[in-house]
Amino acid sequence: MAQMTMIQAITDALRCELRDDENVLVFGEDVGVNGGVFRATDGLQKEFGEERVFDTPLAESGIGGLAIGLSLTGFRPVPEIQFFGFVYEVMDSISGQLARMSYRSGGVYNAPVTIRSPFGGGVHTPEMHSDSLEGLMAQQPGLKVVIPSTPYDAKGLLISSIRDNDPVIFLEHLKLYRSFREEVPEESYTIPLGKADVKREGTDLTIIAYGLMVHESLKAAEELEKEGHSVEVIDLRTIQPLDIETIIASVEKTNRAIVVQEAQKQAGIAANVVAEITERAILSLEAPVLRVAAPDTVYPFPQAEGVWLPTHKDVYETAKKVLTF
Amino acid sequence: MAENNKFDPKALVEEIESKFELFQILNEEGEIVNEAEVPELSDEQLVELMTRMVYTRVLDQRSISLNRQGRLGFYAPTAGQEASQIASHFALEKQDWILPGYRDVPQIFWHGLPLAKAFLFSRGHFAGNQAPEGVNVLSPQIIIGAQYIQTAGVALGLKKRKVDAVAVTYTGDGGSSQGDFYEGITFAGAQQSPAIFFIQNNQFAISTPRKVQSVGKTLAQKGIAAGIPSVYVDGMDPLAVYKVTKDARDRAVAGGGPTLIETVCYRYGPHTMAGDDPTRYRTTDTDNEWVAKDPLVRFRKYLEAKGLWDEAKEEAVIERAKEEIKEAIKEADKAPKQKVSELIQNMHRGELPYNLKEQLDIYLAKESK
Repeated sequence: MAQMTMIQAITDALRCELRDDENVLVFGEDVGVNGGVFRATDGLQKEFGEERVFDTPLAESGIGGLAIGLSLTGFRPVPEIQFFGFVYEVMDSISGQLARMSYRSGGVYNAPVTIRSPFGGGVHTPEMHSDSLEGLMAQQPGLKVVIPSTPYDAKGLLISSIRDNDPVIFLEHLKLYRSFREEVPEESYTIPLGKADVKREGTDLTIIAYGLMVHESLKAAEELEKEGHSVEVIDLRTIQPLDIETIIASVEKTNRAIVVQEAQKQAGIAANVVAEITERAILSLEAPVLRVAAPDTVYPFPQAEGVWLPTHKDVYETAKKVLTF
Repeated sequence: MAENNKFDPKALVEEIESKFELFQILNEEGEIVNEAEVPELSDEQLVELMTRMVYTRVLDQRSISLNRQGRLGFYAPTAGQEASQIASHFALEKQDWILPGYRDVPQIFWHGLPLAKAFLFSRGHFAGNQAPEGVNVLSPQIIIGAQYIQTAGVALGLKKRKVDAVAVTYTGDGGSSQGDFYEGITFAGAQQSPAIFFIQNNQFAISTPRKVQSVGKTLAQKGIAAGIPSVYVDGMDPLAVYKVTKDARDRAVAGGGPTLIETVCYRYGPHTMAGDDPTRYRTTDTDNEWVAKDPLVRFRKYLEAKGLWDEAKEEAVIERAKEEIKEAIKEADKAPKQKVSELIQNMHRGELPYNLKEQLDIYLAKESK
């Protein structure tokens, strides 16, 4: 076991898969000799050569098309989109093409492509670098969308994503890349997609979150614990498909829930989770299911991030409303 | 001195454009005008190429009437483009990949997609998109340009696999304005992958004339910016199209990278059968000008002069085509009605997510009633 940051765990997952499956290819902008702008692919080109780990021309749509074409010839592409705010440039390749490959061809072709990309706020990037656009992805039938919140999960989930025979969008929160280390096994291991993780158990309230908001939720849960509230925190880990069983079992136990996302409130993942809970467990509920989310503006200018992004304080306040309803 | 060395960017464009002269081997009268470039094709091959062009013209005529009878759905007419489509395909090998645009059904048919499947694609049945094992074709692309970047990907895959095969794609004059067009030729050029990119310049993107797309004299010259061999060819001349495609293929499999080929041609019919009226944007004079360049007419004259073709042969091909089309329609009619449960099951190669599992159960129950 080694202590790893999330970015190290991601590099390690890529290394394991490049080593274990000769069809895995890693490519994108600056992923070669530079090792990626966040060093996610650090040292991989040196270790596996330019045939397996390579830079592409600077064009996201082209990277998406390249991945689709490579998968048709039996490869397992793992392209990087340098920042997920650039995804608009590759939307047709993702939603119009990749997600439909199996459906369109009546199952003849599939597209085992894992698109990795950093996203998320709080690190004062220029515009179009920090937006939480996972909702756009989750709305597209045919895609799986994975968002890890810890180094251990990042490695296991990325290996599962690469091995999955369907397209996966794997989103890495910028602020979690180096925020903490934890024990990560050096050998290869998988964490099933579509399975949530109960981060702490409780009986009075369920907080459902993913990505950076898992950590804000855990902080809030500790505060609430001090006040005598027993709070369960669920890390979704995969936002499409949701782990409905875990969510519903928890809500049936606690009878109260809130859903936390960093993305703007309109539409989005939290709304979907609330809808699933009301459709499946309304009779268990003793309070409305509330959402904690960012305001419905465009992602803010860097100096406004501090007042815009949801924090553990927002989670705490919303939790209190539901607990005292 | 300084005067002489002054860089003249406009003159550079003019110089490059002056080098793009329309490549032709067989003129409108069926005469060889470029003896040195005549491709090596046996008599049997010449007859087979003519057979396929005549067959494809019949397929187009029959498809139009079947569409009017409501027996076919989406259909983009192909008459006038036989040299661009069929003669280019004739230079390919079975192991090559084809990523067609929506008008490029003839090429995937001749590459091995059963005609009944082509009809099912037109009708909107997923079985039409299920390419048989070993037939390396995608279903016709609807998003203009998407096939170009995917072709760069397939070509890079073929290069990495070190197989003797190329990836071939087609778009139109309008498609050459898309961002994906440039990204596709740029990627394949940078990666020196075995791809052949066709622009079938049939003069109109639906109604928009060629000149609206670009001020450039040719569309082929766009390849120069990507650093790849670029060809401007008479797209009504089967021998010229075959020759430049064969050369591009030979170059690609030898490691020489991709080629961009603009075939200058014309579609006689409407954009699609879904209500397009070409009289709104084209004149009969223009139509007639292009009909005079017809690829079948000139190739027929050429083969007749060689004693390889006559009316009886042509009639036989027409009859065979009509018969096979009739049979293919009958076969397409036999395709079972699509079920939502099948559509759900086609969504993923792996395990279905919970939402689709639940919806599958609902539809299976409905369908069993």
